[in-house]
Amino acid sequence: MHTNLYSLITVIFVGGVAGYLGSLMITKKMALVGDALGHVALPGMGLALLWGFNVSLGAFVFLFFGVVSIWYLQTKTQLSTETLVGIIFVLSLAIGFLIIPKPELLHALIGNINQVSFWDFIISVILSISVFYIIRKIYSDMILSSMSEDLAIANKINIKKQNFIYLLTIALIVALGVKVVGSLLMGALVIIPAATSRNVSRNMRQYIFISILFGSLSGALGFLAFKITNLPVGPLVILVSVSMFIISLLFKNVKFLSKCHA
Amino acid sequence: MNILEVKNLNVSFYGEKIIDNLSFNLRNKENLVILGPNGAGKTVLLKCLLGVIPFEGEVRWIKDVKIGYVPQKFFPEKNTPLSVEEFFKFKKVSKKQIIEALQSVGIDNMSILDYTIGIISSGQLQRILIAWALIDNPKILLFDEPTAGIDIEGEKTIHNLLSRIEKEHDLTIIFITHDLSVVYKFADSVLCLNKKIVCYGSPQEALSTENIKQLYGEEVKFYKHAH
Repeated sequence: MHTNLYSLITVIFVGGVAGYLGSLMITKKMALVGDALGHVALPGMGLALLWGFNVSLGAFVFLFFGVVSIWYLQTKTQLSTETLVGIIFVLSLAIGFLIIPKPELLHALIGNINQVSFWDFIISVILSISVFYIIRKIYSDMILSSMSEDLAIANKINIKKQNFIYLLTIALIVALGVKVVGSLLMGALVIIPAATSRNVSRNMRQYIFISILFGSLSGALGFLAFKITNLPVGPLVILVSVSMFIISLLFKNVKFLSKCHA
Repeated sequence: MNILEVKNLNVSFYGEKIIDNLSFNLRNKENLVILGPNGAGKTVLLKCLLGVIPFEGEVRWIKDVKIGYVPQKFFPEKNTPLSVEEFFKFKKVSKKQIIEALQSVGIDNMSILDYTIGIISSGQLQRILIAWALIDNPKILLFDEPTAGIDIEGEKTIHNLLSRIEKEHDLTIIFITHDLSVVYKFADSVLCLNKKIVCYGSPQEALSTENIKQLYGEEVKFYKHAH
């Protein structure tokens, strides 16, 4: 019973913060980054499964190096983040498939909620809250720099530093999330709630609130669906969040109508 | 007193020279118009002054200078979830300050604060950007004029608005444009730029027919060539 509660609270926290990070990711047009980073975690998860240590820890080590390489190449070359992420991501995938034994591969790809222990739960909650506060500090600066880098620099915003902090927090949350929803689907948990929120929100306050809410709801409802059906939890979480996205499309038209009347 | 000194400024992109050995000074409260055809390096120069791009040479502002900047290009996406009020709050200002800033650029209807920034007309957006640049009381305003003319309703042109604001706020303005008529409206001095300085001085001295021809001549030739 305890395990259930730990798992439920973990997906609510990680889902919410993933939605929050996703709201920035969509604004910065980095939607594929979250997706790809899930896969960057794969070799680390593989080694963790092979040698029997914490999957999130293994994932984070690889994510950390992935993120640092992306950030470094980003500042040193003219290539876009998405291109660089693409390269790092297939490299990780290739290594992951080579080192992960077949039976564990499926767990790594679609997650395994039964792995959530008491300490996983505590660490997930603490890290989620920390990431939330870190991002809250740089959120509006990052939105501004996504709209106009020149305006941001003229306002003494250190774009490189903030991008680095941002990538690092994504690495942390993805590392926590891959354990539950798996490396294949973690990206979706980052992107879809924020995309849904963008459909229905008119200002930043709503956008943030709804991204977090839908992230958490996807996690919670996905977990409940897992308890009822006993199907793998990762795909269920994503199905829930995609359903919300589809419903939000109906409201999107309403939003534009009301704008016209404004 | 010089508020800005630029000495031997050089900028190259991929081996191509964009700005060639540029030097000029700016006194306090002096309005400078930087004039030149498209592609003359005007916006690049502005970005050097702001420290946004790397350059060779010297750009020295007076100590602790506060600069407001209105970029040439600023097009938020239509569905950007950001209200006008939130856009101002990026600068950590109070609602009272926002209302005052909007009024000073001729916006009196405060329902605009709740509008999404992406759906605002380009004229209103231009006013908002000016208000945004001025809200924390800079000493200098760098204004990079949009290439396409913008109808700002009410005040006849953006130039009238700026010259009114300049008097009210006690500003030094650097105004970048390709429009010759701006110079006569409010320049104390003019710098004609086409990669290097073509002319520099007071409008009367600097803008001889010959200099203007030299400044815009290349562009005319280019158009002929293209057809």
